[in-house]
Amino acid sequence: MKKQLSWKVGGQQGEGIESTGEIFSIALNRMGYYLYGYRHFSSRIKGGHTNNKIRVSTSQVRSVSDELDVLVAFDQETIDVNFYELNQNGIVIADEKFQPTIPEGSSVTLYVVPFTKIAKDLGNALMKNMVAVGASSAILELNPESFREVVESIFGRKGESVVENNMEAIRQGAQYVQDQADDSMSTMQLEEADGKKRMYMIGNDAIALGFLAGGCRFMSAYPITPASEIMEYMIKKLPEFGGTVIQTEDEMAAATMAIGANYAGVRTITASAGPGLSLMMESIGLAGMTETPLVIVDTQRGGPSTGLPTKQEQSDLMAMIYGTHGEIPKVVMAPSTVQEAFHDAVEALNIADEYQCPVILLSDLQLSLGKQTVEPLNQRSISIRRGKIKESKALPVLEKGETFKRYETTEDGVSPRVLPGTKNGIFHVTGVEHNEVGKPSELSQNRQAQMDKRMRKLKHLPKTFNLPVYKDTPHELADVLLVGFNSTRGTIEETKQLLEKDGYKVNHAQIRLIHPFPTDEMLPLISSANKVLVIEHNATGQLASILRMNVGHAHKMASVLKYDGTPFKPGEMYKECKGLI
Amino acid sequence: MQGVDLMATFKDFRNKVKPNWCPGCGDFSVQASIQKAAANIGLEPEGVALISGIGCSGRISGYIHSYGFHGIHGRALPLAQGVKMANKDLTVIASGGDGDGFAIGMGHTIHAIRRNMNITYIVMDNQIYGLTKGQTSPRSEMGFVTKSTPEGSIESSVNVIEMALSSGATFVAQSFSSDLKDLTSIIEQGIQHDGFSFINVFSPCVTYNKINTYEWFKENLVKLKDIDGYDPSSREEAMRTLMNYDGLVSGLIYQNKEQKSYQQLIHGYKEDSLVTSDLNMNDDHFEKLISEFM
Repeated sequence: MKKQLSWKVGGQQGEGIESTGEIFSIALNRMGYYLYGYRHFSSRIKGGHTNNKIRVSTSQVRSVSDELDVLVAFDQETIDVNFYELNQNGIVIADEKFQPTIPEGSSVTLYVVPFTKIAKDLGNALMKNMVAVGASSAILELNPESFREVVESIFGRKGESVVENNMEAIRQGAQYVQDQADDSMSTMQLEEADGKKRMYMIGNDAIALGFLAGGCRFMSAYPITPASEIMEYMIKKLPEFGGTVIQTEDEMAAATMAIGANYAGVRTITASAGPGLSLMMESIGLAGMTETPLVIVDTQRGGPSTGLPTKQEQSDLMAMIYGTHGEIPKVVMAPSTVQEAFHDAVEALNIADEYQCPVILLSDLQLSLGKQTVEPLNQRSISIRRGKIKESKALPVLEKGETFKRYETTEDGVSPRVLPGTKNGIFHVTGVEHNEVGKPSELSQNRQAQMDKRMRKLKHLPKTFNLPVYKDTPHELADVLLVGFNSTRGTIEETKQLLEKDGYKVNHAQIRLIHPFPTDEMLPLISSANKVLVIEHNATGQLASILRMNVGHAHKMASVLKYDGTPFKPGEMYKECKGLI
Repeated sequence: MQGVDLMATFKDFRNKVKPNWCPGCGDFSVQASIQKAAANIGLEPEGVALISGIGCSGRISGYIHSYGFHGIHGRALPLAQGVKMANKDLTVIASGGDGDGFAIGMGHTIHAIRRNMNITYIVMDNQIYGLTKGQTSPRSEMGFVTKSTPEGSIESSVNVIEMALSSGATFVAQSFSSDLKDLTSIIEQGIQHDGFSFINVFSPCVTYNKINTYEWFKENLVKLKDIDGYDPSSREEAMRTLMNYDGLVSGLIYQNKEQKSYQQLIHGYKEDSLVTSDLNMNDDHFEKLISEFM
């Protein structure tokens, strides 16, 4: 009996590989298993190898595994490309149609199943995906009937006969494997799951859900991988709240439209990836200068330029912290799990309103698109905080032609704002340096006062921010401190366990507030470690640079970097870390 | 007068800021016309949001007593559309120059026209870049000599009215700074039009454009009301007339009253302004959303 295994399905893009993985994983999720899926795909619609690797476990998993137990292949390329990952006792289930072969002398078991033929005999070649699901269920000794609920939810509206046909495809796939079975099968049996109901979702879903729960009622955005799912979810759901999404002509319009709507009082977001963020830099500066709330999601992908649109990377860090000309107050948040992504989306809206500045909610492709099991989210802990908004009744009557002091210098740097339409609240906004009533001013004294006012707003944010650093730091004195941000959380957790098995005292810090930097939180952790390994998906060690700049201790630090487009796996991260300790 | 609510007059749309435009600049008339038009149709200063771009003309949002937002070069329209989406009760006016709207912001102009939100876009068109001290604009005529085109411009001028019509505009008008009465009337009609109102105003730059002067426009501009039987509901007639007069016409060129504005077509859009939304989600709704992922 296994506590976990990895299953992968592969074939040509556009062949329905996604639906095979989807049906298989939704069913397992409903049985109470924890799943973590990662899709390998290309920036094209049809053709090209694609695969979906799903880790199934009886406890929470947040990373792609190094190894593979079961490979479902719709073409020979899938076997050739992925065979190296398979365990010695691994299993390949392949369509008879392409006369599959595996390397000679291998200990891997090959099941040749007529996916396409069974599907065609049942009247629809597309059902080959169902036959593959059935074959997989037999390998895992799951009852084909356990897929009925999922099949009904997908095909129910097409009628009972379609549901039955698909169920029959699953049954025949399972039967075919059972008829061929030999002793190697028993090793693939999973321990029974707890049967609890949990969510199965991608990070982008959680971010979008967080925005809805946080009171976002409008989104302006331009489609881009890997951010589009946020927009797609909002398009589906915002009308239920009276809101809507505008697909703009470009990212400059997306960001400025969001500024306009936030200025007018509606919580509005936009979401994009690196290329879009490059175009939004002028808007980020405008939001900073005009002290307008603005939340932007950056789902990092491989850069620079068009780069690797469908691959994992974390190389936007510096651009997000420093991007836009001049200096503005800006917040950069980096959730490291799907649950955090949900709650941080709400907090991003709150912080933007409270501090009246741009907030970047940083994600990465692995967090945004990795589909995984999540304990049911709840909104009990959610609060909506809008900061200093003044209503008409709180405003004194304005003398003729006078305007409200929108940019009044205050101790905390945040000035009360009023929403357009409010009587006695008229004020002017400009991206030009301005005085307290928002009129352009180039006077040195005013410049200094306004600049200081803006820049002191975020001084105390690291102290009030909810969990600026996620810490798993049991050791007062550690041999090594592992530091990361965003989706590397799960892989670092497993690396920590592997290193601890070797006898090392390992602490782990996942930085969740990137800017302003939580120096007070990080300094003691770094001081109490002999070695600091900074793990990130980029070539230049951007997080390590930020750490050195804010906390020093450069001599202790080393970088563990990966920028080949694929996510770190625990085994490879462990090996690299061990080599550096 | 306490306790008595009087309708705002154009003086209520004045603030205490002295414009930094050159004496004689056409933009003064645009400022005055917006103030007059707003008062004439019964708007209150706090009910108006004037969103402007960058350039001499972009400063206009600071010279009118209303909510005002002086944004980024070329992006007045996306800003203005965002404001309107959030609060449809506001009268939203976007404005800027020809560089703002037809060079750096041309993409936004076309898409704002297509989108047809109920906002009014007033372009102060002086065929030159003023604030950067006299370079060519997309509205400069072929051969126009400027600092950036010392041998004369070798690019053709963009015919913005034809562009607006072919982009699906539902309200297209053109006016001239020295005809305050016509300009005010056009702006009133634009604000009252339920959809995107595109108003191009010839607003001479007295400092850098020595060709397209007040006198030049007076000589070359044809008033549509002087054309017998001109029908502004016909897009075809509008196009033909524009081609006949090389775009040098003034008045209401085209209006489509049938086409619904963007806000009226949004699926599920809140009846009250979006800004009045309750931001909390009720638990049942939240649970329903959660269950969809199980």
